[in-house]
Formats: sequence, structure tokens, C-alpha cells
Amino acid sequence: MASEPQGGLTEYIQHHLHHFKPVQISEGGFWSVHIDSLTVSLFLGVAFCLWFWSKARKATSGVPSKGQAFVEIILEFVDGQVKDVFHGDRRILGPLALTVFVWVFLMNAMDLLPVDLLPWITHQFGIGHFRAVPTADLNLTFAMSITVLLLVIFYSFKAKGFGGYTHELFTAPFGAHPLLWIPNFLLNLVELLSKPVSLSMRLFGNMYAGELVFMLIAGLFSAGSWILYGMGVIGYAVWGIFHILIISIQAFIFMVLTIVYISMAHDHH
Amino acid sequence: MEFNATLVGEMIAFAILIWFCVHFIWPHISKAIEERQLKIAEGLNAAERAHAELKDADSKVAAEIKQARQQAAEIIDRAQQQANQILDKARADAVAEINRLKAAAQDDIASMAQRAREELRERVGALAVQGASKIVQREIDASAHKAMLDQLAAEI
Repeated sequence: MASEPQGGLTEYIQHHLHHFKPVQISEGGFWSVHIDSLTVSLFLGVAFCLWFWSKARKATSGVPSKGQAFVEIILEFVDGQVKDVFHGDRRILGPLALTVFVWVFLMNAMDLLPVDLLPWITHQFGIGHFRAVPTADLNLTFAMSITVLLLVIFYSFKAKGFGGYTHELFTAPFGAHPLLWIPNFLLNLVELLSKPVSLSMRLFGNMYAGELVFMLIAGLFSAGSWILYGMGVIGYAVWGIFHILIISIQAFIFMVLTIVYISMAHDHH
Repeated sequence: MEFNATLVGEMIAFAILIWFCVHFIWPHISKAIEERQLKIAEGLNAAERAHAELKDADSKVAAEIKQARQQAAEIIDRAQQQANQILDKARADAVAEINRLKAAAQDDIASMAQRAREELRERVGALAVQGASKIVQREIDASAHKAMLDQLAAEI
């Protein structure tokens, strides 16, 4: 892979799709880290925490400041979604949904930065590859969805007890006949595993495709024609505006499905 | 696309973010929201109560005004009655005073007439004596005939 985009759209895009992995034991090995995804996602996560925390610390029940009102609007919106689906104690699920929504939204919003901006900045510091959108990295989307899966399993055990959930895994949905235990279990396993896969693949697919379209449009800038350049500018703006919708919807869907999965874990079959 | 340790790192990061949100963000903000909801509910209740109280007070004021008007009318009535009574009494007093004064005047007149009559009788007596002495041409002893002359004067 070329370290510099030297003409050619394919190379330009391929360059942009490369993660920054300075620590790597072997090519393709597990023990390497996408520093770019980690940095951006952690930065945004910490920013989210500090932002909401600063408002939460000064939260008054009197007349709220504009900042507090904004934070409250987001929180009430999330709380309303949780309330619609889940009829239990919302003290864990509420914050979880809030974290998912805001964090995913912020990470998705990195897509709206000019596609070359962060890579150009890091390039000044000698880092050749930098991908700005953590949600376009399967590692991050799967990290979130697997955590959600673990929470689903945890809450299944918590709500139904160890015996209850095990019993349900083997006896639902077909019946309690011993011959049906294996089919039941396999079906439940598929159902369980399909949750994180669909969650993470949906988010990843949307963000990856969105990033790719931005790159393709950005490719028009260096196509060598003023007409194509103009088309690129307009296309970039149009796709950017449309993408605002996509990033919001994807953050919303991820949050709602998280709520649904965890509230399903509380339901008895 | 490949999976690597980023996955684990992100899972830990995600868990920490959730933990932070659960402990430091959600409770404070939702508490503030709930408290404000309570305050607003209380405020609305208070407003409703105040509204009802105002209505109550209005009707109370109307009743009081009605009562006051009634009382005022009664007072005026009574005052008029009293005034009439006073007037009547004054008139009766005046009439009595007039009667008294009239009676006193009549008494005076009567006693004055009596005195005048007696005076006249004496003068007539004296004149009669004078006349008689002139007619008789001789002195009549006034003291000797006094009894007779007095009788004469009384007869006149």
C-alpha cells in the first residue's frame, strides 16, 4: 500500500481505508491496535462524558440554563424511548441507551468532517494512515454489539435465574421434549448471535458506505476538470446534508435495538 | 477488514463510558428533571387552588357586601324611626310647654283683674264717702262709719 496518495482514485481510497496500526506483531495478527479508531472514539467518549457531567454537576431543578436544557432534552428523549419499550428499573438501561446514542452519534458525526482533514493533520505529524470514523471500523461496532450481547445474557440470567434461563434456552420455542433440546438450543443460539451481528454490521455498513461515497466525491476534486470539481463540491454538500440524516438514524437505531434486546432479555417466554 | 485488539479496547472503553454515565450523569440530570416536574406539578396545583380560593373569596365578598347593604338599610330605617320619635317627642314637649305657659299667663291675668277690682272697690268707697260728705254737708266721722262704708263699697 502506498504511503502517499499519488494520483489514481483507487489508490486514494485504498489509502484512506487503511487504519493507523503502529503496534503490530505480525501482519493480520490479532495483537495490533487501530490507534485511529481508539483515539477518536475515546476522545469523543470522554468529551461526551465531560460535557454531560459538567451539566449534570450543576443541574438544578429550577430554571435550567440553555446547556442544561439541551442535555435534558437529549436525556428525556432517550428516557422516553426506553420507557416505551422497557417497563422496569431504568437506572441502568437509561444511561446505557444514552451512552450508546450520543457516543455513536458523535462518532458517526466524524463522517461530516472533510474526509481528508484528519488524515492531513496527522500526516503533518508523520502518521500516514488515519481513519476518522470509528463506527466505520468493524472492531468498534462489534465491540459495542458484543458488550450489548453480554448485557443481554447477563440480564437474561438476572431476570430468569440461572436455571430459568438455561431451561428456556433448551425448551423454547418448540417444547420441552428431550429430542427438541438440541434444536431449541441451536435456534436460540442463532437468535442470540444474530443480534450483535445485525447491530454492528448495520452501523458499520452504513458508515463505511457513507465514508466511501465521501471519498468517491472527493476524488472528483482532483479529477482535473473544473466542471467535475464543481460537481464534486455540490455532491459533497448534498451527500453531507443527507448524511446528517443517516448518522442520526443509525445512532437512533443502534440505541433502540439495544433497548429492545435488553428488554427482551427481561421477558419470559 | 480484520479483527484485532481494538475490539477488546473498545469494549473496555464502552463499559467505562456506560459505568460513568450510570453513576455520574444520568442520576443527577434525571433527578433535576423529576424535581422540576414535581415543582411544576405543585405550581399548577397551587395555581388551581388559588383560582378556587379566589372564586371562594369573590363569593364571600359578594355575600358580605349584600349583608352590609342590608345592615345599612336597617340602620337607616332605625335612624329614621328614631328621628321620628324624637320629632314627635319634641312636638309633644312643645305643646305641653305652650299649655303650661298659657295656663300661667291666664293665672296672671286673673290675679291682676282681681287686684284691679279690689283697688276699684276701695276708690269707689272713698269717692262715695267724699260724695256723701258733700251731700250731707257735714262731716261724717270716717272712722265711725267705716263699717257702713266698707259694706257699701263691697255692694258696689
